[in-house]
Amino acid sequence: MALIDDDVLTTEGLAPSHQGRVLLIACGALAHEVLALKRANQWQHLDLQCLPANLHLYPDRITEAVAKAVAAHRAEYDSIFVLYADCGTGGQLLEKCKELGVEMIEGPHCYSFFEGNAAFAAHPDEFTAFYLTDFLVRQFDAFVWRPMGLDRHPQLRDMYFGNYTKLVYQAQTNDTALDAKAEDCARRLGLAYERRFTGYGDLAVVMAQAAG
Amino acid sequence: MAEDEIILADLSDDELVLQMHDDLYDGLKEEIEDGVNILIERGWAPYDVLTKALVAGMTIVGADFRDGILFVPEVLLAANAMKGGMFILKPLLIATGAPRMGKMVIGTVKGDIHDIGKNLVGMMMEGAGFEVRDLGINNSVEKYLEALEQEKPDILGMSALLTTTMPYMKVVIDTMKEKGMREDYIVLVGGAPLNEEFGKAIGADAYCRDAAVAVETAKALVLRKHNQLNA
Repeated sequence: MALIDDDVLTTEGLAPSHQGRVLLIACGALAHEVLALKRANQWQHLDLQCLPANLHLYPDRITEAVAKAVAAHRAEYDSIFVLYADCGTGGQLLEKCKELGVEMIEGPHCYSFFEGNAAFAAHPDEFTAFYLTDFLVRQFDAFVWRPMGLDRHPQLRDMYFGNYTKLVYQAQTNDTALDAKAEDCARRLGLAYERRFTGYGDLAVVMAQAAG
Repeated sequence: MAEDEIILADLSDDELVLQMHDDLYDGLKEEIEDGVNILIERGWAPYDVLTKALVAGMTIVGADFRDGILFVPEVLLAANAMKGGMFILKPLLIATGAPRMGKMVIGTVKGDIHDIGKNLVGMMMEGAGFEVRDLGINNSVEKYLEALEQEKPDILGMSALLTTTMPYMKVVIDTMKEKGMREDYIVLVGGAPLNEEFGKAIGADAYCRDAAVAVETAKALVLRKHNQLNA
């Protein structure tokens, strides 16, 4: 299977293949992980549509984008599952999903469900950590460095990150090149580095539920 | 020196103020500091420098941010430039007894370290004539209450960036109610995941979506409070 381009997932997302009874509407940042789980479990009846991952730069637009996607594809599938957590929508996405009668992932954000919501909630003192996932490490420049203007104005770094103490790379896969890149991201942000292998966490559990 | 370089000291007052608006927009801190010093040397009242040069310039920045013309990095650069100007003006404003609109205690809630929005609000409130006590980040209900006792402000401002931390605002407001002190203060809340509905649900007086709205809301509510007290 051809590798999906991360830049495309960031800015355009991924169209559904229109094959399968259950549609997963996911953030583009989860595409690789969702497809890996689908392959590993042979969930042929799951189809995937990804919305552009860079919606996270404007969380207030996520709810509407998800609602539109649900409305556009509802008639084609037996059921739809939303693979977003709250993701900075302040509870609005959950309300909308309830209204639309579709399920979504529990938890505040992907950092939480990749680690496992219960495990993540067990360290509330870690609020000075800045998290990256596999996707975000690969897309660090497109997602963090450039949108924050750090390529043009490096002096802003401490205004953004001065209160953080460490970067935690939540690794979904074991990839030494990504590990090295994540460590470099920490260096660029002036933060200590920690790698934490999470695998797919609650995403695997939720997808198994969606698969039925 | 480039031929087209502008010499701030050669500009008339009106030209200089407009140039300072441009320089704020472009986030040029040194130019703003120079402009402030020039206007003060020309005999301008510090309050006029603040309102006509800095606050008016930041208002343009704020409007263009709201309209999607400017983005966060540019706003931060502008804020940094304004901070440079404010640093010069602050002692002069105190010395000259500039008009005071009221007092605000502001801080980011417990478990949250994000302070960009809060800092912007604090600065714009100072620009609007409010005295601001900034509690910084990660504030427990005890810290908020202690500051309210000490400072006796008109306004409490709370900020949160995370969905997980914003409910803490309700903890603070509920504690204020329990202690019978809620009605003594105007409570304003803000932060990216918040909205008006949330502000109402937790019992705040208002949700402020950005620094400009915070200033306008604060002015209006302080005025209303003073009118009620004088009625």
